[in-house]
Amino acid sequence: MELDCRGLSCPEPVVLTKRAVKDNPASIDVLVDHVAGLENVSRFLRAMKYEVSVTEGKGEWRISAKK
Amino acid sequence: MRFRERNTTRSMKTDVKLTSMVKTSGCAAKLPPEKLHRVIDNLPLMSSDKLLEGFESADDALVYQVTDDIVSVQTVDFFPPMVDDPYIFGQVAAANALSDIYAMGGTPNVAMNLLCFPSCLDLEVMEQILLGGISKVKEANAVIAGGHTIADPTPKYGLCVTGFMKKDQVWSNKGAKVGDAVVLTKALGVGIINTAAKASEASEESVSQAVDSMTRLNKVARDIAIRYQVHAATDVTGFSLAGHSQECAAASGVTIRFDAKSIPIIDGALELAQFGFIPEGRYTNQDYLFEKVRFAKELPQELVDVIYDPQTSGGLLLFMPKADAKAFVAEMDKPYCKLIGEVVPKTDRDVEFV
Repeated sequence: MELDCRGLSCPEPVVLTKRAVKDNPASIDVLVDHVAGLENVSRFLRAMKYEVSVTEGKGEWRISAKK
Repeated sequence: MRFRERNTTRSMKTDVKLTSMVKTSGCAAKLPPEKLHRVIDNLPLMSSDKLLEGFESADDALVYQVTDDIVSVQTVDFFPPMVDDPYIFGQVAAANALSDIYAMGGTPNVAMNLLCFPSCLDLEVMEQILLGGISKVKEANAVIAGGHTIADPTPKYGLCVTGFMKKDQVWSNKGAKVGDAVVLTKALGVGIINTAAKASEASEESVSQAVDSMTRLNKVARDIAIRYQVHAATDVTGFSLAGHSQECAAASGVTIRFDAKSIPIIDGALELAQFGFIPEGRYTNQDYLFEKVRFAKELPQELVDVIYDPQTSGGLLLFMPKADAKAFVAEMDKPYCKLIGEVVPKTDRDVEFV
């Protein structure tokens, strides 16, 4: 599953991520384009017991989360 | 001027959600300091032998000599809403603006309104914002005399405030002395609670603690503190506890060492930070401060989040001899007013959290 949160300001990326993992998917990728989004979505997914890894692109990041 | 009580004007025709009209809110809407300094550092510095504190000292307000022993202390502060209720927004913005005068050890005398108001909103919303502001100015025993309003798609409100005081009673942010104790008079975490509230994730209890804190004047803390020795003071707002204490440490040529575990925190803020309900300002604060501030490795990330959290209408940060600080905290007798650190000789960092 992929969730595009680029262009959204906080707390929107976390709100959408929370909605997307409601049914507890085994993995999810979230795209963000600012540090606050990167940090906040990563914190949220870790608190939801996902293992989080990040790939950096040009001014944006892909947060990959797995259970 | 007539003062209508809040309850008689609560029949709002439009159900307005003020925070949905803004991107950043409260003191989190401050322009990041490194951007600000790129501009103001190059501006011609205006000086006058009567200007005792100007903007080069990063203090809370300017101080201008009026007579040999009387100075006027002036400040202006305004921001977009961080709560949906327009009356409470008015109260928070006013309490925040008035606080800069208390942080200098003075009392506000006159205030003027600054209001940006969307033409699409009901005028009743404007009235509520202004009534909220008036309620706090009244509580401060000051008067509002006029102001200025412009049409703007994003609502913003605040005050320009002046207080008159004795010159030798002004608190500055640069007098902290080695051995002083550091007291904070309000709990931290309102930026995190406001961010979570925007996502409807904060508990009623957390929101009510945050609103209670943001609308509380720093008047009582100031009125009690002036009876003790205060070496330096500031208030904690958008640049966070880390940022405002760093300004004091740098201006005073000392290091401030906080006992991070004793910092008062609003209920729920740590948990909400763990789940990523954190305002963007927390990260911009860290960006400009990380080389000046050290955190002990064992401190949990959510505690660091709270320390960098931009506060709206935060408490006073007072630097006092230890005995005075203890007596002051005992007299305040509030769970949110605590002794949280000490001033030590300068190390390689301005501020340390252990």
